[in-house]
Amino acid sequence: MDRDVILSVKNLEVSFPKGKDRFVAVRDANFDIYRGETFALVGESGSGKTTIGRSIIRINSTSKGTIEFDGKIINQKLTPEEDKWVIKNIQMIFQDPATSLNERATIDYIVSEGLVNFKMFENDADRRQKVLDALKEVGLLPEHVTRYPHEFSGGQRQRIGIARAMVMEPKLIIADEPISALDVSIRAQVLNLMKHLQEEKGLTYLFIAHDLSVVRFISDRIAVIHLGRIVELAPTEELFKNPLHPYTRSLLSAVPMPDPISEKAKELMVYQADLHDYQDDQPSFVEIKPGHFVWGSEAEIAEYRTRLK
Amino acid sequence: MERNVVLSVRDLVVKFRVRNRELTAIRNVSFDLYEKETLAIVGESGSGKTVMTKTFTGMLESNGRIANGKILYEDRDLAAIKNNREWEKIRGPKIATVFQDPMSSLNPIRSIGSQITEVITKHQGKTQAEAKQIAIDLMDRVGIPNPADRFNEYPFQYSGGMRQRIVIAIALACRPNILICDEPTTALDVTIQAQILKLIKDLQEEFGFTTIYITHDLGVVANVAQRVAVMYAGQIVEVGTCEEIFYSPKHPYTWALLSSLPQLGIKGERLYSIPGTPPSLFNEIKGDAFAPRNPFAIGIDFEEEPPFFQITPTHMAKTWLLDPRAPKVEPPTAIHDLHGRIQMILKGEVK
Repeated sequence: MDRDVILSVKNLEVSFPKGKDRFVAVRDANFDIYRGETFALVGESGSGKTTIGRSIIRINSTSKGTIEFDGKIINQKLTPEEDKWVIKNIQMIFQDPATSLNERATIDYIVSEGLVNFKMFENDADRRQKVLDALKEVGLLPEHVTRYPHEFSGGQRQRIGIARAMVMEPKLIIADEPISALDVSIRAQVLNLMKHLQEEKGLTYLFIAHDLSVVRFISDRIAVIHLGRIVELAPTEELFKNPLHPYTRSLLSAVPMPDPISEKAKELMVYQADLHDYQDDQPSFVEIKPGHFVWGSEAEIAEYRTRLK
Repeated sequence: MERNVVLSVRDLVVKFRVRNRELTAIRNVSFDLYEKETLAIVGESGSGKTVMTKTFTGMLESNGRIANGKILYEDRDLAAIKNNREWEKIRGPKIATVFQDPMSSLNPIRSIGSQITEVITKHQGKTQAEAKQIAIDLMDRVGIPNPADRFNEYPFQYSGGMRQRIVIAIALACRPNILICDEPTTALDVTIQAQILKLIKDLQEEFGFTTIYITHDLGVVANVAQRVAVMYAGQIVEVGTCEEIFYSPKHPYTWALLSSLPQLGIKGERLYSIPGTPPSLFNEIKGDAFAPRNPFAIGIDFEEEPPFFQITPTHMAKTWLLDPRAPKVEPPTAIHDLHGRIQMILKGEVK
């Protein structure tokens, strides 16, 4: 089945200067995100998952490779019109709703800031209507527009963050750990809301997270990233059923599941990066099964293949 | 089986003075902590789990006070201790705490080694040299590679997981018999979290202390706990063995908490989410605090506070639904077969 690709990342490398040297945070990342799906990037802190998200939204500059959004390469110099088009169409939801909202601004200001910057309204009544619609969509009330972020609970603040992104009518939303800072009882609300908005508007999500068990529920496909390298990419159920790369397996074994029987019987797998012998046998990112990619040397790939049988 | 009680809380009430109003953070809590067990306290933020355990070490903020109740520990009432000198005999040597963020619980401008030896020289009267040896042994025990070399390093030279190991080493330096772990792994990566949980378990077996875990992560609870206490709006609403709480919960709040877990979600279906918000603790709460958010609430829930109903010798819940006169209700289907459901998920099957 040929699916419509909305975002295509090819051979992406992101590096930061480190003294005279440079630190490569993301190396040779390759993936496509299809229109209307939820694609998850999962890894630990320092793995480069956020860096990828930030380079797509062009906060971090890239050192190699291309990022193509809706047929246009966006990690290069763009004309002002193109620039606007990218900003409008790729929006971000941040992890901590307390620090990502301007605490001195009213909700009306926060949500309409993007509209004002891009003159996306005809008159003030129109702007106000758009803000109210966005708030309504995320389950907030019209009287909330005059309030300040500190007057809201954590879950409500995250809804404001979502409303601010939604009001721009973007095509792609990058959600960087949107529920990690929220209370258990509120996580479900925010996930439901994100799902609902996706169905309604045909949105595409890039969901960045560290917890595989939570990501499973929301995402269609998952890429596992370790030290800047995507080590495995597969449809969600396939990844849970046949985790191949030892790092994916160790992540899966570490995820705490709310089930005493399996938790108390579980064996922890610790990933040792030096177990790979890449001296003569260079690894590559191989499609081992339709849609299931894994990073490995020829010998490892052969072994993974026998495991799949 | 008769078990020794190490700490016993009776009718504890904790109040805070905030902007000239009084807030009741803990509303009449009683429970026993048994020797060498691991008890997990779960609940949303603001449910009072941290506040309650802070009273065990005299670490309430200055605007807070114990308004009523007793905390019985080794033949004395901790709730009656007033001065800090007395507390120093308890806090550290007897009851120690591991906090959430290892970066803020360590002093950034003092070496790791000196922060561990300080505790040992202060509470055990050892000399510097002896203390250093004990500290290096402890560092080795909590899994720091080359402890002798890393003794003189500073917190910024340690990774998050290593720092938390040091905090654990400091907490255990005086061989306390109760260790309170307040969200010890929330700031850590999942793989590191799993290692730290295992470390605490192993140390508990070796040193024989009693552990109280405070967490909102039910996955962590399932991993570590023998018994679980569920807190809501300043009260314990259900307590039982880990298996009882996960596989046959009785309180509608526990049901709601379990069924809203994203880990249990089935793709394409909506997750259950708890309507409304917890009550304001500034106000007097009438009846069952969870009633306004509880789809199973019955008339009396809004009138009178439910008592604890005993279900098994180890399991009790504070809900009117357990009264013989209450209508029969079934817990939500999402949690009927929790174990089966998780097995299915782990195997990558959808339905």
